[in-house]
Amino acid sequence: MARVQLRQIVHARSGDKGDCANIGLIALRPEDYPALVEQVTAERVKEHFRELCRGRVERFELPNLHALNFLLYEALDGGGTVSLRTDAQGKTLSAALLRMEIEV
Amino acid sequence: MIRIANAQGFWGDSLEAPLEQLRGGPIDYLTLDYLAEVTMSILQKQYARDPQAGYARDFPQMIERGAKEIVERAVKVIANAGGVNPKTCGDAVAAALERAGYRGRMKIGVITGDNILSRLDELIARGIELRNMDTGEPLAAIRSRVRSANVYLGAFPIAEALGLGAQIVVTGRCSDVALSLGPSIHEFGWKRNNWDLLAAGVVGGHVIECGAQATGGNCQVDWETMPNLAGIGYPILEAEPDGHFAVTKHPGTGGRVTVAGVTEQLVYEIGDPRVNITPDVVADFTTIQLRQAGPDRVQFWGIQGRPATEFYKVSISYAAGFKAVGTMTYGWPDAYKKAKMGDQVLRTRLERLGLKFSAIHSEYVGVNACHGDLLSGAPAPDLAEVTLRVGVRGNDPAALERFTREIAPLALNGPPVVTYPAGGKPKVEEVVAYWPALIPKSEVTAKVTVKEA
Repeated sequence: MARVQLRQIVHARSGDKGDCANIGLIALRPEDYPALVEQVTAERVKEHFRELCRGRVERFELPNLHALNFLLYEALDGGGTVSLRTDAQGKTLSAALLRMEIEV
Repeated sequence: MIRIANAQGFWGDSLEAPLEQLRGGPIDYLTLDYLAEVTMSILQKQYARDPQAGYARDFPQMIERGAKEIVERAVKVIANAGGVNPKTCGDAVAAALERAGYRGRMKIGVITGDNILSRLDELIARGIELRNMDTGEPLAAIRSRVRSANVYLGAFPIAEALGLGAQIVVTGRCSDVALSLGPSIHEFGWKRNNWDLLAAGVVGGHVIECGAQATGGNCQVDWETMPNLAGIGYPILEAEPDGHFAVTKHPGTGGRVTVAGVTEQLVYEIGDPRVNITPDVVADFTTIQLRQAGPDRVQFWGIQGRPATEFYKVSISYAAGFKAVGTMTYGWPDAYKKAKMGDQVLRTRLERLGLKFSAIHSEYVGVNACHGDLLSGAPAPDLAEVTLRVGVRGNDPAALERFTREIAPLALNGPPVVTYPAGGKPKVEEVVAYWPALIPKSEVTAKVTVKEA
């Protein structure tokens, strides 16, 4: 077992729908997907984003794409047009998730 | 097989991409997506001032520049450029064709019926409350502040316009994927209950609707070796009647079409992947099969769909106060410390002035602006520069105006080594917020008009 930062084993893309951000997280190698399913839980992602995300976090599995999709509610300071943040549409939140560490 | 090329992921995307898609190789359809949520309220404001405005003016200009290829190679063009005034946009397209020397050669289809702004009171009076999908509140709560209200129509009106001989189709608000699903329905005779085929078309549309995000743009995998990003090719969907699709790009263009990049696009801005709701079908993204089928070619198949719902989604925009954002850039040494002191000085002055805001937010660009304090970690020890970025939001425009006058003085009366953008004080902007709602399909009728240009 080795502790790795997600950036070494996944890639991701994020976007917005109202005040909800979505982060799609994709395993670079299919063999790492089960570790993502096991360890990158909605609870951990909520904890990871506790400063930016005021609402709940939901997780969905796309095993066909070796991907997880996270919905982060109330995560964009009101949403694209309302938000005062530089990243009002959550475009860089995908990379923020890559800072998380897991065991593989 | 038909080739559907997308050349516009949002209004503001590359002006050259449509011409490169027309000239770079064979295509049957060219689709252009101009409408973001924010765009409709801007267009509605323009229309209120001028009944000849309210559509994406880039589109007729593009038609004029590309007229030769469009007419002589019989490429059909589908765009939601109509905004809140599709009819006038259609007239502008006809005028553009005439200027290019192609009068009387083309049929233009215009789709209306999505704009329900003038019907809101009547709908509410009949008990259609247009409750906010996120909060459950009825629209009546903000009725007086509504700026625009448009139904996301589906792909069948587009297919109908094509069936009536339209070579250029102008729509108002429709689902983004409808622009490319419409051609498949028309060409292959897909029926309203061919759920799996329609779902395949939705997935195909989703892959190409954001332009070069499917061909290596904004792709995290091997971005440093991405070939010729400056000349990136936009996506081309090769659609088969049986719901097998491939995405590719013109030969010799930059970028890269890979499973990695297409997968990033597939998970972009989705919700529950099993329940991707569109006006025409509910597509199940967990059934998508993908494979690299050659250089710059990804195939996808196996997609399943379920019956469409009884509702259309409505995108309503409404006025929600004002905001303003100002910046000051502090230079080495101790740039971050200086920026933080600048922020404190500014906030103290705003407080002394008794200004009331519903939110005030400070960021330090170079330190925490993208990911916040918690995730960004400790800043590098002695940064070359840091930009302080302060935003305020509130309902009192006078307080916002006063805020914009408190930024620039920091250049002379705050911490040292500071510069700020030329042009002086920041602008106060109106905030337009979104109200997603549902409307029974029986309340909405799309109207398709086709006439010779």
